[in-house]
Amino acid sequence: MNSKQQSSFTLNDIFSFFASVRLTVIVLLTLAVTSVIGTLIPQNQAHEDYFDAYGEVLYRLFSVLDFFDMYRSWWFQFLLLLLVINIIVCSFDRFPAAWKIISGSPVFQLSRFQKSSCQRKISIPSSFDNLQTHIEKTLSGKTKKIQIEHEGERYWMWGEKGRWTRIGVYIVHLSVVFLLAGGLIGSFFGFDGAVNIPEGEAVRNIRLFNSGKLLGLDFEVRCDKFSISFYETGAPSEYRSTLTILEEGIPVLTRDIIVNDPLSYKGINFFQSSYGTLPSQNLILSFRSTASGMEYREKISPGQTVTIPEGLGTFMIKAFNQDQKFMGRSIGNAFVGTLTTNGNEPVEVILPIKFPNFDKMRKGDVIVSVAESENRYYTGLQVTSDPGVWVVYTGFILMIAGCIVAFFMSHQQFCIEIKADGASSAISIYGIANKNKIAMKRKIDMIAEDLIKSLRQL
Amino acid sequence: MNSSGILSVVTFVYGIAAFLYLVSWIFKKKTPGRLATWTAYAALIGNITGIGMRWAESYQLGYGRAPLSNLYESLIFFSAMIAAVYLFVEKKYHNRVIGAFTMPLAFLAIAYASLSPSISDRIQPLLPALKSNWLIVHVVTCFIGYAAFTIAFGISIMYLIKERDLAGKNAFLDQFLTAPELDELNYQMIMFGFLFLSVGIITGAVWANSAWGRYWGWDPKETWSLITWFVYATLLHARMTRGWHGRKIAYLSVAGFAAMLFTYFGVNLLPGLHSYGAM
Repeated sequence: MNSKQQSSFTLNDIFSFFASVRLTVIVLLTLAVTSVIGTLIPQNQAHEDYFDAYGEVLYRLFSVLDFFDMYRSWWFQFLLLLLVINIIVCSFDRFPAAWKIISGSPVFQLSRFQKSSCQRKISIPSSFDNLQTHIEKTLSGKTKKIQIEHEGERYWMWGEKGRWTRIGVYIVHLSVVFLLAGGLIGSFFGFDGAVNIPEGEAVRNIRLFNSGKLLGLDFEVRCDKFSISFYETGAPSEYRSTLTILEEGIPVLTRDIIVNDPLSYKGINFFQSSYGTLPSQNLILSFRSTASGMEYREKISPGQTVTIPEGLGTFMIKAFNQDQKFMGRSIGNAFVGTLTTNGNEPVEVILPIKFPNFDKMRKGDVIVSVAESENRYYTGLQVTSDPGVWVVYTGFILMIAGCIVAFFMSHQQFCIEIKADGASSAISIYGIANKNKIAMKRKIDMIAEDLIKSLRQL
Repeated sequence: MNSSGILSVVTFVYGIAAFLYLVSWIFKKKTPGRLATWTAYAALIGNITGIGMRWAESYQLGYGRAPLSNLYESLIFFSAMIAAVYLFVEKKYHNRVIGAFTMPLAFLAIAYASLSPSISDRIQPLLPALKSNWLIVHVVTCFIGYAAFTIAFGISIMYLIKERDLAGKNAFLDQFLTAPELDELNYQMIMFGFLFLSVGIITGAVWANSAWGRYWGWDPKETWSLITWFVYATLLHARMTRGWHGRKIAYLSVAGFAAMLFTYFGVNLLPGLHSYGAM
């Protein structure tokens, strides 16, 4: 018996710990402060870079604290979980009382009105008729319906509106639960990866970001064409890929995608994220002999070696660079080859596609350049699937709606007391609002002015 | 005159408005106050005209885009929003002293845009990543929120000054709203700003999802906007359910404003995807 009481006491303790707004304030501030860390330390970089940047001691410390991937760390996730538990427990703790008010029917409680800080008294000649009609007119729009109570010489006209708005804060809290639930669904059942597809080729496998593993899709994606357009300033204006979805080799859908306009198929989204150039497999090189002035053209593939006439040696294509650097500046796409002449050390020759005369600078016996090449683009796609996204979007809508209700709408009650007092009637105007008392005070003043004005006109 | 020229003149007009608000407060004169209000309206109208012209000019250049895509454009939009929210408050509360604490901030924003040599006012074409209908709604909602927080900051400073002189001895402070009124107005502004910040973050998330395939990626700008959101969310909870009032709320409002400023300017010093704002 005793031990049972003991345990229920601790349960209560735990409950009230989670139901406290003090916890909310602490967790929110802790989240705010700790979130800063991940913006100062670049996230998910190579560990060598961290080691170089912070030194051994800090590197070890940060590593233990998961600062290099802190938003996915156990302690940050724990804080988020704590916030959600706090929100849920708080809401369960308070909602029944709020619901009682929301679902209950209004009861006239004079004492509550009399205690309100929003009140005003005016006095008018009691010779008036139609006073009730005037008051009804003044209150219209401020209350749903007006009820009347009598007691001896006094009567009260009262009404209210916005009882339901007390639900606003619960909608906001529910929205946060939706956001984190959606995020959780996404991290369990979704994926995020990337794939490069050369023009004209189709792929089935994508590389996942987190694990680095390959994921096979149950359809193929082909890149029919990739193109870039530029503004007059030379800045890129649009990256466009034409994609075709193939089901068992049969095209089922062809569409262009650009940045901000992805393709969705079977819940999987393809985003334009990068591009690049693939070297031509068959190119024609030009060799111009400086001695004879003759130009020789030879077909070559990367990795292959050709012999140059006039005994000028052999040439091999060893690499292709998309962003070849020369004297610290980028000269764009370039093949890199090796020229071997009899009795000499092999020399490296750079063949930028944009600058055919580049090799003249070397001042060798032969000037090499790319005469023809069919370089292809490949498109870089980000591939994602997130079944939780609609839960998150529902959360977004709930949050906006909930904030509007919770901040700008209130439960407002009005009561006007009329008391015949000899030649004049004493009128007291009372208002109660669960939010924004200053606005309520102003409303009560407006009602008073309205009444005085409309009575003066008679 | 092109839009940059108009906006340079507008900068000057904002300066006059801010000066007149200060004069009307310090010398307790009605006329400079009335003049200040008219000047502020003129500045706001000129500011909006300048933004509209810049939009039209972008069409003449063949880019055709909303002028909301770099630091210069965001600053001139920011000053317009501060002025608009302030003039709304002035109309509603009939108090011009608030102008002495907020119009200088609108002036600072546009002066930074117009005068800083590191901020280019050239109309540049839109990067592919920014070509989206979400751009306008995302930037507009964020900056309405920022403007509301800026006004709340001005009001918090006024509260912190006023609250040290509750006896009403200091003659400079008798035109202020009462401390409880300032406190309530601060809170109202923060709720207004919080709603718009939330919508701004949400539209940004929806946009990010349609551009990059993820609605949240913890890049520094996103994270800092969330930090700002956390600070103001703390304030709202402390006020609504723990009954915090006055000084504590004013300090939290100042802290929120600092976080907002870092979200706006500071993040450009950090690496991330939101680098458009720094250009």
